[in-house]
Amino acid sequence: MDPTTLIFLAFILVLSIFLGFEIISKVPATLHTPLMSGSNAISGITLVGAVVAAGSAGNETMSIILGTLAVMFATINVIGGYLVTDRMLGMFKKKPTGDKK
Amino acid sequence: MTVDIIVNLIYIVAAVLFIYGLKMLSSPATARKGNFVSAIGMFLAVVTTLFVKEVVEFQWIVIGFVIGAIIGAFAARLVAMTQMPEMVALFNGFGGIASLLVGWEAYHANPLADGMTITTIFLSILIGGVTFSGSFIAFAKLAEVIGGKPTLFVGQKIVNALLFIVILATGVLFIIDPAGSGNLVIGLIILSLVLGVMVVIPIGGADMPVVISLLNSYSGLAACAAGFVIQNNILIVSGALVGASGIILTNIMCKAMNRSLANVLFSGFGATTQSAGGEQQGEVKPIVADDAYLILEAASSVAFVPGYGLAVAQAQHVVRELGDLLEANGTDVYYAIHPVAGRMPGHMNVLLAEANVPYDKLYEMNDINPIMSTIDVAVVIGANDVVNPAARHDEGSPIYGMPIINVDQAKTVFVLKRSMAAGFAGIQNELFFAPNTRMLFGDAKESISAIVAEFKEG
Repeated sequence: MDPTTLIFLAFILVLSIFLGFEIISKVPATLHTPLMSGSNAISGITLVGAVVAAGSAGNETMSIILGTLAVMFATINVIGGYLVTDRMLGMFKKKPTGDKK
Repeated sequence: MTVDIIVNLIYIVAAVLFIYGLKMLSSPATARKGNFVSAIGMFLAVVTTLFVKEVVEFQWIVIGFVIGAIIGAFAARLVAMTQMPEMVALFNGFGGIASLLVGWEAYHANPLADGMTITTIFLSILIGGVTFSGSFIAFAKLAEVIGGKPTLFVGQKIVNALLFIVILATGVLFIIDPAGSGNLVIGLIILSLVLGVMVVIPIGGADMPVVISLLNSYSGLAACAAGFVIQNNILIVSGALVGASGIILTNIMCKAMNRSLANVLFSGFGATTQSAGGEQQGEVKPIVADDAYLILEAASSVAFVPGYGLAVAQAQHVVRELGDLLEANGTDVYYAIHPVAGRMPGHMNVLLAEANVPYDKLYEMNDINPIMSTIDVAVVIGANDVVNPAARHDEGSPIYGMPIINVDQAKTVFVLKRSMAAGFAGIQNELFFAPNTRMLFGDAKESISAIVAEFKEG
């Protein structure tokens, strides 16, 4: 990696952190648990890296094992995270509407 | 246009969707849609990645994906709302291990990479490993597989400092001579896993909201580090968003306990049973469900103050039932929620939402305290330290200065509790001896069910 790339990536990192602070500080306390599980699902973005690792492993056994495991764990994070967040948020209702299941 | 440019353009779209999704979380009305928007971003990012030139075979991706999707879907469907803290802790850990594996694979694929790349691999493995093992300990504590009490031993800080120095030294050796460091990587992984265990074991059960938030942040940073390893913008942006989110929550939790992060991480709070408070004046006045019913029936405003005991007793549904009956009876009903009630940020809100309590009835501490003196009955359900008035005036108390819900200012306070045992912080609560407090001993769910039954008969 050349230094220019590193600086470029660091630039993105710093700006994203500030952006994150701005957006997240507006989330009300009521939604903090869904925020955690939802952001958890986003951190499963490592799946992108895992897909590259597993898809370029070739015949190297070790790379296959590491890549496949990485895909599996990241997928649990993504799928589980989004589904459970959706399930939770579906429970937040405003007024009693009478359409309880 | 080359495939790479298209891929990166789609990554930008995905980042925008993540940001919009998180933005929509600022209101419960749009939150569910926001989560969906964020999921579309993820779908785009992952599918697009299948087209990058490095990805040449798909069988391993499909195998990993299918197994992961099945596990994730089942976990999300089956988990009980009371167990959300455990679930989030586990998922944080999975995010961490994925970053560790990506870093490890990157090294394995190219041990001759330059110093900067190797540095990012080192960070990816370290942060990923700490997140993984730390989250597992947090999970075990939350699930009570291991005790919730802080584990402390003599020289713990020295051991941790040494461990950290050894990890740094390993990192330096690794970066100097990556090609000859195959075994060093294994050592590094083991050391980072040990570090994760060491940093979480001294933290007590009541401090878990802070720890989960912090590990949440780490899981984001781990994704960032993996992003540096494979030089991928979308990982860095998303990881940073999650990292920032975790830090904000950590900060909110620390403020709500009036403690610094360092104090939470290193003090082993609650390990020793303080004899704080000294002599308790007054006597405990127990009450039975029949009498509690009569008082509630006559009350014109009632505030429920839930704590972790509500989750343990699974009492959220009967509480809502009682709340509905009270409202039908013409009583104003409030649900007052302390930021650190429960075992993770927002834990009580989710439980009450599950029980169909509308979210506009949930009041934050700062909204309920100014009107507390006008409330006829405050019903404390399985909360203890967050309603201890000693936090306001007793400088000797370990929780002095912590913001609390001032239930003692209500005209009458009911405390639902199994016994007179001290709270998680190990501190006796003077609220229980206050002249306007009545103790309703027993399982919270049974006690409230009994009152509900009285209401239905009356």
